[in-house]
Amino acid sequence: MRDTVLITGISGNLGRTLARSLHRTEKVAGLDRRPFAGKPKDLELHQLDIRKKKVEDVFRRGEIRALLHMAIMHDPRLSQSEHHSFNVLGTKAVLEYAAKYGVEKVVVLSSTNVYGPRPDNDNFLTEDAPLLGSQNFPDIRDLIEVDMYAQQYIWKHPEVETVILRPVHIVGPHVRNAPSNYLRLKRPWVLAGFDPMVQLIHEEDVARAMQLSLRPGARGVYNVVGPGEVPLSTILRELGRQPIPVPHLLARPLLDRLWTYRITGFPPPELDHLQFLCTVDGSKAEKDLGYRPSSTLRETIRSVLGETPAGANLSVVT
Amino acid sequence: MALRAPVESQSTAMVRFDPERPKGLLGRLRGAMEKWTLQQGGKDLEARLARLVAPQNEYGVDPFGLDLEFTKAAVAPALWLYKNWFRVETRGIEHVPAGRALLIANHSGQLPFDALMIGISMLVEAEPPRICRAMVERWAPTLPFVAPFFARIGQVVGTPENARRLLAAGETLMVFPEGTRGLNKTFEKKYQLQDFGLGFMRLALEMQAPIVPVAVVGAEEQAPALWDFKAAAKILGFPSLPVTPTVFPLPLPVKYRLHFGAPMKFTGSADDEEAELERKVKEVKARVQGMLNRGVEERKAIFF
Repeated sequence: MRDTVLITGISGNLGRTLARSLHRTEKVAGLDRRPFAGKPKDLELHQLDIRKKKVEDVFRRGEIRALLHMAIMHDPRLSQSEHHSFNVLGTKAVLEYAAKYGVEKVVVLSSTNVYGPRPDNDNFLTEDAPLLGSQNFPDIRDLIEVDMYAQQYIWKHPEVETVILRPVHIVGPHVRNAPSNYLRLKRPWVLAGFDPMVQLIHEEDVARAMQLSLRPGARGVYNVVGPGEVPLSTILRELGRQPIPVPHLLARPLLDRLWTYRITGFPPPELDHLQFLCTVDGSKAEKDLGYRPSSTLRETIRSVLGETPAGANLSVVT
Repeated sequence: MALRAPVESQSTAMVRFDPERPKGLLGRLRGAMEKWTLQQGGKDLEARLARLVAPQNEYGVDPFGLDLEFTKAAVAPALWLYKNWFRVETRGIEHVPAGRALLIANHSGQLPFDALMIGISMLVEAEPPRICRAMVERWAPTLPFVAPFFARIGQVVGTPENARRLLAAGETLMVFPEGTRGLNKTFEKKYQLQDFGLGFMRLALEMQAPIVPVAVVGAEEQAPALWDFKAAAKILGFPSLPVTPTVFPLPLPVKYRLHFGAPMKFTGSADDEEAELERKVKEVKARVQGMLNRGVEERKAIFF
């Protein structure tokens, strides 16, 4: 019977959050080369590298109804070729299998980083905005390639309902990505004289958007936003941080050095996020998918502190 | 999150948390500035400011980054210029409709004090009072301190998409179709409109927004540029480098006269051929030029 939802990258922080909330209503299987700490008993994990030929067997059994593809890594310390191989070839492989073995639904988790923070950005980028994220940050080329490949796939395989989700900066008690790590710094750098509007989304809200994308009929590319946008300084104030203002002309060469000597984990091009807008319009997802964030702005911001939103329907119970 | 429709944004006005004013020196400065604003405007201005609506979130900013509390403090020096330095006189401001509108004005004076004064007039004299959005240059977001300052007082980068969104939300936009061509022209071209861009007309047609022609009389004489030092401007990356008698183009205390004309409504498609759009733009340009000529003729003195 075709009843399983396969989640790639399930052992990641976000993957586990999604799996735990999804497996109460769906039959969930996972694909990841890492072990799944605290895996629910009835969840089947295929511990495999996504590029292995053996992955095809997972599809061949014909039980998979939907594929949630979030095995897209972004480790700035790893080489370009490793990124390319894992992200681009991995995506191509699983999406091809999905089409070949009659999977009805494919959801790909991209991000708004594909647009890139730029001084001439619209304040609310829509889904048809050009993907210029790699212009100043060549190392994320593969993330754009994954998004583009998934877009092609929509046209190539109209029989598969494909959804591409581009969430804004994901934060939450479990997530350990660049934006949430930045917000966890006690004394984060800011660029003197710059204070862009920033959008954050709670990990639970991303999980909900992915769940909504599983509904029959949903297809297309969607920006996924949290409960609004605020100046970066407001977020840091809410978190009680003491930012260090660094002149932007100095910050880049300085961070370049620190990066080269491995003193920091923040790649220098990420500074653009502290300087320019990369904010999007999420109204299409609201209209088509019925997605609305359930965490408030304050809850979303404070979630990096490990607090869970009060009153929100929380499925993350370990 | 996208801007909601204006009506809805008023009805769902979110609970306003106590605005956390930055502490220390900056906070005290802001408090003092806010007081200065209210001192200058009195009870009348206080009532007007209270009528401003922006779809704020719980941190007191609207989706474009406008912070009303910050703006109230920041307008103090502009208000002083409006009342005491340029002694702005408006005529026909009742022509500015409530809701979406495009103010199309001539641009002059080397530094955009004309934009500032039109903005203040919308705040202190127009009905209803409003924060007028100027469409700022695309390089403004690359300037430290300027970028966040513009955003907090509601000034937005002039991309067509931003303009459409703001008009759809019922806001008033200010556009100078001459751009820097008008702002930085030399003195012998005073009160002669330079080439108009077509973008504003596309916008007006697409969003069915009325165009209010505005003539600014006085700004030309605030910093007469005798010569544009083009070579040096190029090296410095400036749009131009005007040489004025005051060396730095600080404004002389000229008297400003703002003339607002009757709204113009155009019909047609935003995708029409350039020639068709140009015809419509010419109509607007002629109207502004006519108002300018009359305004210059009528005034008895430049400084009074």
